Amino acid sequence: MSEVETRNFTINFGPQHPAAHGVLRLVLELDGEIVERADPHVGLLHRGTEKLIETKTYLQAVPYFDRLDYVAPMNQEHGFALAVERMLDITVPRRGQLIRVLYCEIGRILSHMLNITTQALDVGALTPPVWGFEEREKLMVFYERASGSRMHAAYIRPGGVHQDLPQALIDDIDAFCDPFLKVCDDIENLLTGNRIFKQRNVDIGVVTLEQAWEWGFSGVMVRGSGAAWDLRKSQPYECYEEMEFDIPIGKNGDNYDRYLIRMEEMRQATHIMRQCVKKLNEPEGKGPVSSTDGKIVPPNRQEMKRSMEGLIHHFKLYTEGYKVPEGEIYAAVEAPKGEFGVYLISDGSNKPYRCKVKAPSFAHLSALDFLCRGHQLADVAAVLGSLDVVFGEIDR
Amino acid sequence: MLQVDANNETLHELGEYIAQKLPDSVLGQQVAYGDLSLDVPRDKLVSLVRFLHDDTRLRFISLVDICGVDYPARAERFDVVYHLLSPTRNLRIRLKISTDEATPVASVTEVFPGANWYEREAFDMFGILFTGHPDLRRLLTDYGFDGYPLRKDFPTSGYVELRYDESRKKVVYEPVKLTQEFRSFDYLSPWEGTDYVLPGDEKA
Repeated sequence: MSEVETRNFTINFGPQHPAAHGVLRLVLELDGEIVERADPHVGLLHRGTEKLIETKTYLQAVPYFDRLDYVAPMNQEHGFALAVERMLDITVPRRGQLIRVLYCEIGRILSHMLNITTQALDVGALTPPVWGFEEREKLMVFYERASGSRMHAAYIRPGGVHQDLPQALIDDIDAFCDPFLKVCDDIENLLTGNRIFKQRNVDIGVVTLEQAWEWGFSGVMVRGSGAAWDLRKSQPYECYEEMEFDIPIGKNGDNYDRYLIRMEEMRQATHIMRQCVKKLNEPEGKGPVSSTDGKIVPPNRQEMKRSMEGLIHHFKLYTEGYKVPEGEIYAAVEAPKGEFGVYLISDGSNKPYRCKVKAPSFAHLSALDFLCRGHQLADVAAVLGSLDVVFGEIDR
Repeated sequence: MLQVDANNETLHELGEYIAQKLPDSVLGQQVAYGDLSLDVPRDKLVSLVRFLHDDTRLRFISLVDICGVDYPARAERFDVVYHLLSPTRNLRIRLKISTDEATPVASVTEVFPGANWYEREAFDMFGILFTGHPDLRRLLTDYGFDGYPLRKDFPTSGYVELRYDESRKKVVYEPVKLTQEFRSFDYLSPWEGTDYVLPGDEKA
């Protein structure tokens, strides 16, 4: 047979592709079905969040954080709130802390549920998304009942949370936990032992621990490679210290281990939610939900209508806002996707001088080329799903 | 193995240790709000980062973030800020170098391959140049974008907007037209904060 001249083939994946998990344009250079080079083109969702935050007061900046990782909005707000609170040196009342932890764990379930089920969809399973999204819907209703909004909550604000939770909502969250564990079991029954799911995920997208660190990975991506590293345990913030939960870690650093970790983290999150509910119902868990001195958090409506001081605080905080002392801080939280950090520089005025958002997905997606080289074309979608990327926070 | 609380004392000790090992790599150090931050001369950055990465007592093996900051009033207007994490010591460190529009900074992609996109982002947003970077292209802005959006002298509203033109059947770029003027409110109380003449004051 005569020699055949071969050439590499370049294809364009996305930006409107269901497995791109948003607006990713991926230029793939293929040799047959083997990926030679993957060049992600991001920025299609770039809204200039960091620039906009520089023009807004600290309170006005909060809603931008909902729109970063729009799958688990409150975890981002939490990162910003912690940065501002540490600079102002204020502590959040206990009930506020418990509500924050409760809603951060709800966010974790929201994110992991979306990721597990849609990644399963990418590799061919159709049922998990249908079952999983039913649970996400219930959790979004909890978001709505707390903040008035299903996604873009603007609920966790510097100084505490916006409003107290009604008792009926706390009871409903409690009632949600046990049936949810049953749903986790059901989804796990569909996937964990599933032959096709394992064929598509075991030993795909392998990252060693050393590689994971130097690529700047965090969260599930390093835990999948075997590091017992979770900011909720290693650098505890809020009242995570008193919560009882386990950190699942993987051995092989492949897609399948990361799936198993996310599955277990949802169970652990439910466990934390139950503890929060219990603590919220105890006498120590009652009281104010946000800082009460009126210098950071505006007074409630009744007080604003009755007291002169309350009116002044209300007016000043909603026009001028509060000033944050000069300096810089890096505050990080363990968001569902990894370490979400806020690097805040204040010049002592009522607006941030610079607010850099460190998004976990950004580092994860930047390693896509490294992860996909030499893999089959079909694995790109599986790896991309397992990285758990959200373009709201990559493009910012 | 993991320390639960990285308090200020360990941060001071850490700063001292680094300054003692590499004295000419540390211009100054501050501990504020629980963060250690070092000012580093531009040409010593890569060697310091490599030392932090390799030293067995430190092991700053994880790159957290790289970002630019713009101070237009300064002679070297940009700061490039690096955040590193040591999971074994459970410590964070911040390194700062300064540069201007024309002076390139050495890339740390050889130590941390994950620096690639962070440096591309800093180049895209501020126009900070990096030498030794494998692929310094724009990252987040549009294809063919002009200007550096996070510089303080770049207007928040930008210069061009795009829309789909039905008659020409393509996306067209036009200068930004705002139906309402871009408003930057000065909310700072006139009893503190302002250092300019308030309208009407010249009559007094």
